[in-house]
Amino acid sequence: MSSVTLTDIVKRFEAFTAVHKTSLEIPDGAFVTLLGPSGCGKTTTLRMVAGLLDPTEGEILIKGRRVNDVPIHKRNLGLVFQNYALFPHKTIVENVAFGLKYRGVPKEEAKKRVQDALELVQLPGVGERYPKQLSGGQQQRIALARAIVIEPDVLLLDEPLSALDANLREDMRVELKRIQERIGVTTIFVTHDQSEALALSDQIVVMSAGRVEQVGPPEEVYNTPASEFVANFLGASNILPATCVGRDGDSLAFDAEIFGRIAVPAKKAPQVTSDGPAKLVLRAEKLLLTERDAPADGTVTVDATVETVDYQGQAVRYFVRAGEHQLQAINMIDEHPFAEGAPVSIRLRPRDCAALSA
Amino acid sequence: MGWSLIRLWALLVYLFMFLPVAVVVLLSFNASQFGAFPMTGLSVRWFVELAQNEAILRAFRTSILLGTLTAGISTTLGVLASLALVRYRVPGSNLISTFLIAPILVPEVVLAVALLLFLNFMSINKSFTLLLFGHVIFTLPFVVLVVQARLVSIKRDIEEAAMSLGASPRQTFFEITLPLMLPAVLAGALFAFTISFDDITGTLFWKPGGVETVPTQIFAMLRNSISPEINALGTVMIVLTVGLPLLGAAIARQLARNRGG
Repeated sequence: MSSVTLTDIVKRFEAFTAVHKTSLEIPDGAFVTLLGPSGCGKTTTLRMVAGLLDPTEGEILIKGRRVNDVPIHKRNLGLVFQNYALFPHKTIVENVAFGLKYRGVPKEEAKKRVQDALELVQLPGVGERYPKQLSGGQQQRIALARAIVIEPDVLLLDEPLSALDANLREDMRVELKRIQERIGVTTIFVTHDQSEALALSDQIVVMSAGRVEQVGPPEEVYNTPASEFVANFLGASNILPATCVGRDGDSLAFDAEIFGRIAVPAKKAPQVTSDGPAKLVLRAEKLLLTERDAPADGTVTVDATVETVDYQGQAVRYFVRAGEHQLQAINMIDEHPFAEGAPVSIRLRPRDCAALSA
Repeated sequence: MGWSLIRLWALLVYLFMFLPVAVVVLLSFNASQFGAFPMTGLSVRWFVELAQNEAILRAFRTSILLGTLTAGISTTLGVLASLALVRYRVPGSNLISTFLIAPILVPEVVLAVALLLFLNFMSINKSFTLLLFGHVIFTLPFVVLVVQARLVSIKRDIEEAAMSLGASPRQTFFEITLPLMLPAVLAGALFAFTISFDDITGTLFWKPGGVETVPTQIFAMLRNSISPEINALGTVMIVLTVGLPLLGAAIARQLARNRGG
């Protein structure tokens, strides 16, 4: 049974359409991420589910109940914001217990549930403090405890990790996944950060300019992007014009200027149904740069010259020139990175390629 | 060298500002009938006489009543106006905001005369209610300014979080928004009270016959003679108008400390 269903949702602000006709099914207990750049409509969609915005058209169902006309305080949702939004004039215990007050939970039980929630977020000892006395990461844990203690039908997370420092963000990411799996609450997570989306989600909904570009599990979205936008938004990709020249069993043959003929697995080119012009998607981290004279061992090889080196510590992002194309390649560093101007070979395994219709 | 000159100058400015006030306070404890130095002795007789002067006591009661009502009405209206302007999309909110602030930009005499002429035009007689109405008009901007500033700093997210947890909009206001803006509300109320309590210009124009506030009473007494009672009354007013805001600030600080601020 699906927990949240959006049917032909549209949101317009006067002349501007923030969300174009969108339908979405979110299964019970799933962790679904709305991923996209700012202004793509992801937060607008979340706020419509929350009841903070009314959809212009379409229906929203939560647990099979139509909630279009149900105000936010009667929807039984857990909401976590980017800036924590704890009540500064209440203690941590009062913050977490806030939602229980409106649910008629008896005092003794409320006390126990608050304590359980604080233990779940690994902050059992801070109950008597005020939000200001906690660090950002701790405040966000409390915000999470406050949202889940009411046993919401859906947990809505609006960029909850974006205000935290980089290191803390990764810890919280792991923590968030652990807690979500433990309590099994259906979760909608909004972020612009692809690594958060890939790490946390059962399903990723990639959005752009108010439209859904692709829905699928992280691996599928990453390996078989459904559009140029998805290919570029999740990681770095090279997109090359190519021509589909025929099918051979489970693979499609493409002619791609500098790379010559490449046999791409058919399941990685679901949109290509006939011969003719198409686009090849080559992920930057799948292009391996080697010395020119290294043995080729079954890969496609193209000679190229390094133009720019973007050193990142354990990895390097190269911009290389191959014929008239500039390609990105992200490689782990083996001893020394290549210097700018170095002659190299690009190695590519055909099965790492994906293709889009032109 | 430069610094000591600046210090000296600052000291002179302070003397210029506060010496007259200090003289009034000092003379109010003077035993002699005539306000002159050297003082002939210390006494609280002028305070005693003040407490027995029926006219002054009546003026005092009027001022307190007027100030309290002004503060109550101004604060209520100001909070509601601020909420509407900050939290809701009101058409023409900039214009409304300007109109609400306008009474402190217009010279008080002009405002006073304008309201008086308007009342004449409408053939409405002066009354205590209209005096109160006038005070509300020119204390409202202060409340709106103070409360609005505070309300802007209270993030909408906090209210949305409260509603998502099951609090209705009304419960959210009383549980979250009001407690968070309480310092500003109290400050606004204190402003309104002290401004109303101090006011003379508008009051002189608007007060109905027979009604005196403390400032108009002092003004009337000064026209006859300079009685030492006025010094005592001045001292009482200084204590009230300076002490009340200080007390308010102290309470606000105490509240903030209890909240882990």
